[in-house]
Amino acid sequence: MAIRAEHELHRRRLGRNLGVGLTLLVFILVMFGLTVAKVSQLGKVDGFAHAPPGAVGR
Amino acid sequence: MRRATGYPRGMPNVVAGRQVSPRKGKEDDMTDMRASDLPAEAGFGDYVALLKPRVMSLVVFTALVGLLSAPVAVHPMVALAGILFIALGAGASGALNMWWDADIDALMRRTRNRPVPAGRVAPREALAIGLALSGIAVVMLGLAANLLAAGLLAFTIFFYAVIYSMWLKRATPQNIVIGGAAGAFPPMIGWAVATGGVSVESLFMFALIFMWTPPHFWSLALFTKSDYADAGVPMLTVTHGRRVTRAHVLAYTLALAPLAVAGAVTGIGGPLYLAVSVALNLWFVAGAVRIWRRTEAQAEADGYRAEKRLFRFSLYYLFLHFAAILAEAALKPHGMGGW
Repeated sequence: MAIRAEHELHRRRLGRNLGVGLTLLVFILVMFGLTVAKVSQLGKVDGFAHAPPGAVGR
Repeated sequence: MRRATGYPRGMPNVVAGRQVSPRKGKEDDMTDMRASDLPAEAGFGDYVALLKPRVMSLVVFTALVGLLSAPVAVHPMVALAGILFIALGAGASGALNMWWDADIDALMRRTRNRPVPAGRVAPREALAIGLALSGIAVVMLGLAANLLAAGLLAFTIFFYAVIYSMWLKRATPQNIVIGGAAGAFPPMIGWAVATGGVSVESLFMFALIFMWTPPHFWSLALFTKSDYADAGVPMLTVTHGRRVTRAHVLAYTLALAPLAVAGAVTGIGGPLYLAVSVALNLWFVAGAVRIWRRTEAQAEADGYRAEKRLFRFSLYYLFLHFAAILAEAALKPHGMGGW
């Protein structure tokens, strides 16, 4: 039979887990936003870097 | 010498207000156990409290002013991340401070309910959180902004946790004066996030907070007299008495006033800053003279009213100075800020 009794301890653990989860989510969003900002500041990426020398512009 | 429990020296082995006895024989381990017998488990709020959110709010505000008053435009996402990691670094140093000071925090009314002395967070946990967050904050600030900003943040954490908390706080009544530097770095770091350097303006913001800290804290110490004495912290009021402390508050306020007003002629100042600063400093000096003239009998008679008023005013004083710097920066694009 499943144990259904809920102690105050369980509520506190749930709150803690939710808090940590939310913090991690914010961290992921900040990292993502930062990556987008940094990459957009790099300027145009040379799309022909993989082409053999002299091939560009022919 | 640290105990096996990880509590700093002098810290009683108390968990959730209960005295923890050394482990007994095996038969004791076999007895029934209720959830209420378990050591208190921290809620998320306890970990937030470990980071000293009120101090963090001041750090966020001053760092933000440092960043926004810089003459360099910063990508909003870089600015947001920069402020976030500066705040995280400040929180980390707060956790390290709570780990180290748990023994004296347990003795002071103002601090005895903090997560570590109250037994909700284990000292080792506070230490681990402090160290981990310090590392994350410094590395991330270095990646988000630049190495100078990260270096300044690392030095600030070191200064607060080691120089102030571990060394000066219990060693000298001048602890507040030198330790105030830790709280003065955030606007410099914010400026460094934007510019990648140090300048007269960022040094001025550092000096403003550095000189403001002693009169701010000593006016607080004047009306929280029993706490520091009980904990054995050599606060000026304990070691040199209240008369000397009152004189020190006045002396530092007199030194602070011209410095604060002089900020008006730096690149972040302007007419608005000048007007705000002159008014605030006249008020602050008048308040400092008032409490310098008072005797202990007078202060006790009215429940330290003037001292409490000066302490409250000192909070507005710093906030409004930085708000004026921010306003000058906001007005500049419209051709109004600065000279």
